[in-house]
Amino acid sequence: MRSAAKLKPGQGPLDYGNRTWLKVLFVSIFFILYAPILTLIAFSFNTDRRGIVWRGFTFDNYVKAWNNDSLIEALTNSLVIAFVATIFATILGALAALLLWRFRFPMKGGYEGFMALPIVIPEICMGVALLLFFVNSGMMGFFVSMPWPLNLGNIIIAHVTFCFPFVAVVVRSRLVGFNRQLEEASRDLGASEWQTFWSVILPYMKPGLIAGALLAFTLSLDDFVITFFTSGPETVTFPVKVYSLVRRGVSPEINAASTVLIVITVVATVLAMKLQAPPKADKG
Amino acid sequence: MDNWKQNPRVFWTLGLPPSIWLLLFFIIPLGFLFVMSFSDKAVIDGQISINEYDYLTGFSNYIRAVDPLYLTIMWKSIWISALATALCLVVAYPIAFGICFAPNRWKPLLLLLVVLPFWINLLIRTYALIAVFRTRGYVNEVLGLVGLGPFEMLYNDFAVIFGLVYVYMPFMVLPLYATIERLDKSFLEASLDLGASQFQTFLRVTVPLTMPGIISGVILVFIPCLGTFLTPELLGGANAIMIGNVIERQFKAANDWPFGAALSFLLMYATFGALALRYLFTLRSKGVGV
Amino acid sequence: MSDAIVSIRNVTKSFGGGITAVDRVSLDIAQNEFFALLGPSGCGKTTLLRMISGLETPTSGQIIIAGEDMAFTPPNKRPTNMVFQSYAVFPHMTVEQNVAYGLKVTGVPGDEIRRRVGEALEMVKLTQLATRKPDQMSGGQRQRVALARALVKRPKVLLLDEPLSALDAKLRDDMRLELTRLQETVGITFIIVTHDQDEALSMASRIAVMDRGSVQQVASPAELYEHPRTRFVADFIGKVNLIDARVHRQIGRKIDCEVRGVGRMELLSDGLVGAQVAIAVRPEKLKIASQEPSSAIRVMGKVRHVAYFGDTSHVVIEAADGLSLSVNVQNESRHGGSGVERGQPVWVHWSPEDSIVLTE
Repeated sequence: MRSAAKLKPGQGPLDYGNRTWLKVLFVSIFFILYAPILTLIAFSFNTDRRGIVWRGFTFDNYVKAWNNDSLIEALTNSLVIAFVATIFATILGALAALLLWRFRFPMKGGYEGFMALPIVIPEICMGVALLLFFVNSGMMGFFVSMPWPLNLGNIIIAHVTFCFPFVAVVVRSRLVGFNRQLEEASRDLGASEWQTFWSVILPYMKPGLIAGALLAFTLSLDDFVITFFTSGPETVTFPVKVYSLVRRGVSPEINAASTVLIVITVVATVLAMKLQAPPKADKG
Repeated sequence: MDNWKQNPRVFWTLGLPPSIWLLLFFIIPLGFLFVMSFSDKAVIDGQISINEYDYLTGFSNYIRAVDPLYLTIMWKSIWISALATALCLVVAYPIAFGICFAPNRWKPLLLLLVVLPFWINLLIRTYALIAVFRTRGYVNEVLGLVGLGPFEMLYNDFAVIFGLVYVYMPFMVLPLYATIERLDKSFLEASLDLGASQFQTFLRVTVPLTMPGIISGVILVFIPCLGTFLTPELLGGANAIMIGNVIERQFKAANDWPFGAALSFLLMYATFGALALRYLFTLRSKGVGV
Repeated sequence: MSDAIVSIRNVTKSFGGGITAVDRVSLDIAQNEFFALLGPSGCGKTTLLRMISGLETPTSGQIIIAGEDMAFTPPNKRPTNMVFQSYAVFPHMTVEQNVAYGLKVTGVPGDEIRRRVGEALEMVKLTQLATRKPDQMSGGQRQRVALARALVKRPKVLLLDEPLSALDAKLRDDMRLELTRLQETVGITFIIVTHDQDEALSMASRIAVMDRGSVQQVASPAELYEHPRTRFVADFIGKVNLIDARVHRQIGRKIDCEVRGVGRMELLSDGLVGAQVAIAVRPEKLKIASQEPSSAIRVMGKVRHVAYFGDTSHVVIEAADGLSLSVNVQNESRHGGSGVERGQPVWVHWSPEDSIVLTE
């Protein structure tokens, strides 16, 4: 490299943000990431049944999806499961986060490891373990015989189990920023432990709780693998339904239903990210 | 932080519910699976039973797992995962690097764009890939307009690897972004100032100093790839089977739970092995002081 | 200047959003000079240094290093090396590897690298620590590594960005001497950026004082202190009393000017009649008297405040019309300190030669 490339006026050697090759790379990666999803959404509005050629704009696919009872049932199931699992997962996750934040205790490292296990082990292992457990403990038979929505109980239990450790991580990272002198000040001013928790710690935790809850909600709504193994023969969730449809082929109705789910999760995610972003004013 | 003995009442109130839940619905199920992996189907009246088992009969399932047929599949799972992980790294590094050096007002948006697909249902994203790449999909339609194809792009190993990279890329970008962002840029400036070219700086300074992020990203992608079953199921051909598919078949179609349990535990051990490797690397890079 | 090693011609650097960090700066830095860029934070001194190193490029202008315009040459192709404010000693390499890095990447043969690294480590007295990692070293030692790493390249110009700011006070004094010694030994041009006037005055042979992107004055330390050209320089270097005045008339080489509430003063200067000027006097040049003195310039006032500093006392005197003057008094005897008390009426006087008339 004898003839060194000159820099452009005003551009430093580390201003990679302005390099053309990087811009090209960015555009192409984002194209590859988004083109399939965007075409999926676009073709949910297509009039052509085969869904390959664009023939015109329509809401028909949404109407058809809406009138498809099994699809709607699956979507309802998914939303009910996600809703109930989120409540449980948020409470359990918050308790675990408070425990790990507040206390020193023997074997704490090991306990944290166990708490992280549901996050790290392959989903399929957790799915089959729960399947085995539900069948052998008789819980599967018990839930299957229950009326709706109680027959979703086993799926809800499974979802709570893999969601709450995630909630614990999110809430704990929020708690790390808490100034414990506020708690001491509250006690000093005569508040009881419970009053202090309710009026000082809980309000501080709130953004973490909401972000954790939204995370749990999307995780539950998105889960396929664990649900696939733990659901009874009669209970179908939305991803499981999509799976059985996809195996049969591509149809604009799946596009429509998928688009609905994409919108739900994207809104929840963007909300969660907004809430998780550290507020600039409450330093220290 | 308080000692738990200072306030045992609060300690137990906080600790018991999540611990009991974890024990009951996670540890015990894993225990069931563990026991099952050492069991065999019961033989009743000379017939192999469908749902009766002889518990703790021995290692027969594990011995079966080292049969060349399954070893081949495990080996294939490992190299497909490794290749997908490597591709993820190659693509994600410049992305993470670029975001770190992008103007500040662009950063949140770029990060959001990288992470957003991760939140969209895995199944939907895989389905979207099928719609794009199938024989009568959009890519082949476009190629058809210029008189090419149609090509069979799905149902082979390439499709599985592409699908894995597509699906798990955000896992790689995030830890890389976090370490590159924390990296003191004056190290790169010092390297350039001392006469190193951009490429030498990248190899000798940037890569070693961002190694913790690279390792995190590799582990975060490799583990779910190794255990995946949806991607090869939907995008792979008949012989693109990975270990996850074998496990699924034992629990669904083949109804051989003991063998499936043994395979699950082997998969978990592989996962723990990968995590242990990361731990070793972090211990070593502690000396680096980054 | 024909023997200039670095010649900065009309260099401007603007960032997006209309911020101009460096505004049409021209400077010549001679061979073997110890040159300082001095100014408050945000004055553009670091940006200027980084443009000399190639880590940033100007929006316009020329940067001529060793006779060649290098304004847009990448940093790795320039005969300059930099000691970073944070030292930027590579944490994943030993001291030796750090020092050898710049030679290795440019393809210097192995035995030459070993020899030069050995010499460089000896020069900064780090031979014993050659195999240490940076995280096992103190800030002062890391700085020596940074110095050795830059000097081993035998640059034509060594650039130092606030090299002493991260050290504690005691070490800083030692390092000042060390840097001056090093510069004399190696005979390389040093350009140092600092916001600390003591640092610049004690080390540099010439100083450029910068403010808001432009160079206010380039001069030797003594010249800057005794003959500042602008209010900014007078105020930034040392302590100063700035007295607003208006030029009344010119009498030969003197001007006759009027200070509000005090009266007329005759000072050595060429001033435009009618112009507003500032009269700058250093506090140690002022004298206090209890009786009316015979000096040409004398002001009556009252002692507002006395601060005792051991060797000196700083006395603030309030004269008529809100004019406040600081006086440094040497505490020459063990008893009595400054010899004045708060509220005491006194005369302040100084000789016209000690005042500087500033028009800018």
